[in-house]
Amino acid sequence: MSELRRISVKALTRVEGEGALRIRVRDGTIEIAEFNIYEPPRFFERLLRGRAFAEVPDITARICGICPVAYQLTACQALENAFGVQITPAIAALRRLLYWGEWIQSHSLHIHLLHAPDFLGYESGFSLAVDRPEFVERGLRFKAIGSRIMEVVGGRAVHPINVAVGGFFKAPAAAALRGLIPDLEWGLAAALELVRDVSQFEFPSLQCPATCVALRSDTGSPSDSGRIISSAGLDIAIDEFEQHFAEEQVPHSTALYSLQLPDRTPYLVGPVARLNLCREQLPPHTRRSVEACGIDWPLVNPYKSIVARALEVAAAFEESLGIVRDVMADINPCRVEVTPREGTGCAATEAPRGLLYHRYSVTADGLITAATIIPPTSQNQAQIEKDLRGLLPSVLGFADALVSSRCEQLIRSYDPCISCATHFLTLVLDRGEA
Amino acid sequence: MPTKLRLAVYKFASCDGCQLQLLDAQGKLLEIARRIDIDHFLEARSQVVEGPYDIALVEGSITTPEDAERIRKIRRDCRYLVTLGACATAGGIQALRNWGNIEEFVSAVYATPSYISTLATSTPIADHVPVDFELRGCPIDTGQLVELLTAFLLGRKPHVPSWSVCVECKSSGAVCVAVTQGIPCLGPVTQAGCGAICPAHGRECFGCFGPSEPANLVSLTGHYQQQGIPPEQLGRMLRSFTAEAPAFRAEGDRLRGLQP
Ligand code: SF4
Repeated sequence: MSELRRISVKALTRVEGEGALRIRVRDGTIEIAEFNIYEPPRFFERLLRGRAFAEVPDITARICGICPVAYQLTACQALENAFGVQITPAIAALRRLLYWGEWIQSHSLHIHLLHAPDFLGYESGFSLAVDRPEFVERGLRFKAIGSRIMEVVGGRAVHPINVAVGGFFKAPAAAALRGLIPDLEWGLAAALELVRDVSQFEFPSLQCPATCVALRSDTGSPSDSGRIISSAGLDIAIDEFEQHFAEEQVPHSTALYSLQLPDRTPYLVGPVARLNLCREQLPPHTRRSVEACGIDWPLVNPYKSIVARALEVAAAFEESLGIVRDVMADINPCRVEVTPREGTGCAATEAPRGLLYHRYSVTADGLITAATIIPPTSQNQAQIEKDLRGLLPSVLGFADALVSSRCEQLIRSYDPCISCATHFLTLVLDRGEA
Repeated sequence: MPTKLRLAVYKFASCDGCQLQLLDAQGKLLEIARRIDIDHFLEARSQVVEGPYDIALVEGSITTPEDAERIRKIRRDCRYLVTLGACATAGGIQALRNWGNIEEFVSAVYATPSYISTLATSTPIADHVPVDFELRGCPIDTGQLVELLTAFLLGRKPHVPSWSVCVECKSSGAVCVAVTQGIPCLGPVTQAGCGAICPAHGRECFGCFGPSEPANLVSLTGHYQQQGIPPEQLGRMLRSFTAEAPAFRAEGDRLRGLQP
């Protein structure tokens, strides 16, 4: 008789959005390990059709309140590519500054309120804050500085309003940009401390080697330009993305799965992938910390992604400092002229959670006829399931509650942003007995 | 006297942006945080303390049959239900499907539409259950949220203005983009609360706080048409983040009717 046990954990918590986990084990063999995303679909790709190109940054921002800038900037670049528009280096630098602000606030939210409680034995950042106020308050200060950057450059922290195809509606005052310097200097020093703190957490041991994919730029941390490379030797231009990766639908998720062609294999994007591939390009202080933090690169233990995220907080502060220290006067012009023409354009950037790809087709009047958006969580989904299968044999001997919390922790270490992908929170563990 | 308010936070179809504003407000207002227990907040904590709750804060719109059922349970489990943001108060940007064909929307995004369970419409929470108070915006304004929570703690009515964004432009000294640059702006018909940030950045208000109380849409769009703005552009503006708000919906539909 086959042995079957069923465990159901109602809610997978501390991830952004709604998802669930379903596992079925029969006679010790894992039959199903599915990461279900049941976030209601919002059909962005379809509702963009017929909209004016100028509306796209504001609309796509609403895919995700945690990483709106990623959507805005990727959309802007894709449309500028479609129209053959070149922005100036000063505008590009300002955009990157806005992006670093988003990285800082997104990563510090995840590290302090969502992820660190797992390692320190708390159920949430709120209860962690009661016992370790200095840790959480430092995290909230990081987050506040990230938000401040977004306000200065983007006009607002959630869904910035100052981003336009071609640049910015209004140039942020040079004085306001330079006014960020003291906070950024504090932030860099404090983030390097954060790296030391989180690298001393106790991590469950787990090896999940993955094919890592990231956008590598020749100059600086991965962000908004360069070539898409992988740990398996891929090295392609951004506009070749769709020849090498394809989205697929699975019955148990409203998020599409992006897989690597030709064999439809899982791959990993995000902080761990970026650091595994692009450490050389990091700014000097962060690079020293990368070597000193005690991780044997490449990083294959997903739980340690919290260290990767902390390193990227430091990188974002260091890159931001470089940008604002160079600002001598208001950026003028802050927007280049954009004349729509019929065509198709694509772009990819590194969102806090990983590679984000957009493609748009536009009419001569500047109306969108087709949109494709491939967010990082869709790309990580298959890898998350693969890693769950890797984890399960070592934890199945435990009580159900512990199995579920270890699985949850693993999923949380990918910082899945589910709102993005549908464009999570139930665990059903079925140990047999139909 | 109960000294702490018991708060629950729920998410429906949305982007999480309004919840993020709540986390920000919490960080900013430790004083408030000490007097509120967030007993249900799946995005932020693992522990769930069972209801009933004093206040349910609801983000997102209703787009699936399961969610239409879930909101009724939530209503039964709370004393006051407050909707947060354009999704919850006006269906959000995802309500653009309400003007299309849902099968076609699903098949445009998914290869196997049959796996997807969705309603043909995205509707505000108030279409399903009684709502006690709403905060507008995409996202909501942290200041308004803090005012709301403070008012609940003090047992008074929250002060949330119902006048238009124009009033905020004037009081902040922002230059009118409609008058000085001829940019069609929804500020005159949009509820205040954002601080007029878009006009202050030299661009149009796109109405994310939804229609203000006394909005005269026909007069405003008539004025812009006289200035040469095509009705389809004005129609698109009204059909964005608060497209399902009745005043915007009616005028958007009327403008559509004017098109050749
Ligand atoms: S109202 Fe806007 S910010 Fe709030 S959840 Fe909806 S899309 Fe996000």
